[in-house]
Amino acid sequence: MSEQFKIEIVNPEKSFLFKEDVLEAVLPAFEGEIGILKDHIPIISFLKPGIIHVKTKSGDDKFYVDDGIIEFKDNNLSILTSTIFNLKEFERRKIDELIKSAEEDANKQEINDQSKFLINQKIEVLKSLN
Amino acid sequence: MASLDDLKKRITSVKSTQKITKAMKMVAAAKLKRAQDNAEKGRPYSEKMNNIILNLSEGLSDKENAPKLLSGTGKELTHLCVVMTSDRGLCGGFNSNIIKKAKNYFEMLLHGGKEFKIITVGSKGNDQLKRYYGDKIIENVSFKESKNPNYFDAEKVGKLIIQKFEKEEFDVCTIFYNQFKNVITQIPQAQQIIPLNAVNDDKSREEDNYEFEPDEDEILSNLLPKNISTQIFKAMLENSASEQGARMSAMDNATRNAGEMVDKLTIEYNRSRQAAITKELIEIISGAESL
Repeated sequence: MSEQFKIEIVNPEKSFLFKEDVLEAVLPAFEGEIGILKDHIPIISFLKPGIIHVKTKSGDDKFYVDDGIIEFKDNNLSILTSTIFNLKEFERRKIDELIKSAEEDANKQEINDQSKFLINQKIEVLKSLN
Repeated sequence: MASLDDLKKRITSVKSTQKITKAMKMVAAAKLKRAQDNAEKGRPYSEKMNNIILNLSEGLSDKENAPKLLSGTGKELTHLCVVMTSDRGLCGGFNSNIIKKAKNYFEMLLHGGKEFKIITVGSKGNDQLKRYYGDKIIENVSFKESKNPNYFDAEKVGKLIIQKFEKEEFDVCTIFYNQFKNVITQIPQAQQIIPLNAVNDDKSREEDNYEFEPDEDEILSNLLPKNISTQIFKAMLENSASEQGARMSAMDNATRNAGEMVDKLTIEYNRSRQAAITKELIEIISGAESL
């Protein structure tokens, strides 16, 4: 029996990634990182800013996401996200840009605690990439 | 009767109009292909989103306390209508079809004694609606600078709507857009997005026991605002494909009509030229005979 499952990452503009030979996926879920292996029970959760780590036989891929919803069912992992970047193509300039705009958001007065937490998380993750 | 020179001028002017409409048709055809591709690529996202929301709302333990975006505010007094049109004209009935649909809806609301507010997306809709419903338009958004519809723009509109919903400025929200069926048919649509009517078309779908992390309510309240932006984005994609389709068929018609007109004018031109020659001949002959 193979130990592989399918993964599909979609963003609103297109289907971003589709792989059938995933061994493990590590996701930055809202309440902490979760790792998903084959035959995980069905789960729905949402993501906070962080790194998605997809491990396949042919190699590993890492993606940065801002937010998203994941659904795992019948060995199909679907990730819906509005902002996603492959770390290999992620330029330093772009990272700096994102940090800057996130810091601007963090300094706004009217945001609530939850979004403040998310923004701080985002800044932290982005800075760790540098 | 118009003189020969006038006819000649008219023929050239119609011909150059024809050239323009032909070029516009070809540009629209090229853009249509891309817009259609985009619309198709955008579908999986909104479908998946819809599925997850369905799963969630079915598994919701406490339906009474469901998020307001799902269950509504409990009354239907004030409606918010988001009318999505294009920023450019010359696309046949595209804009007026949406406006007609929206106006019918407004009349229905007025008869029912309900209040309504309008947000227009795209400048053409704003131009047409402000004459009759100027006092009802509370916001006008236009994305002239964006070449293609993008999610970032859709999110702006989505956030605007949610902001107003949280301030309790309206109870029901409906979006108006054209659904792309094929190049000659676009169907104006009125879709209610708040409260959300999650319809389950597939009755046979088995119940899945999902694990939720955190709990259902929290995921749902996080997901619903995203769904609004997604629906708006979907409408924008459909709209842009429809716009190009409508423009293409309108310009195709215009090109054909211009062709017919050129033919008619050419015949008229030839006839009058012949008439002039015949007249001259008669004059010469009768002049020679009288000698």
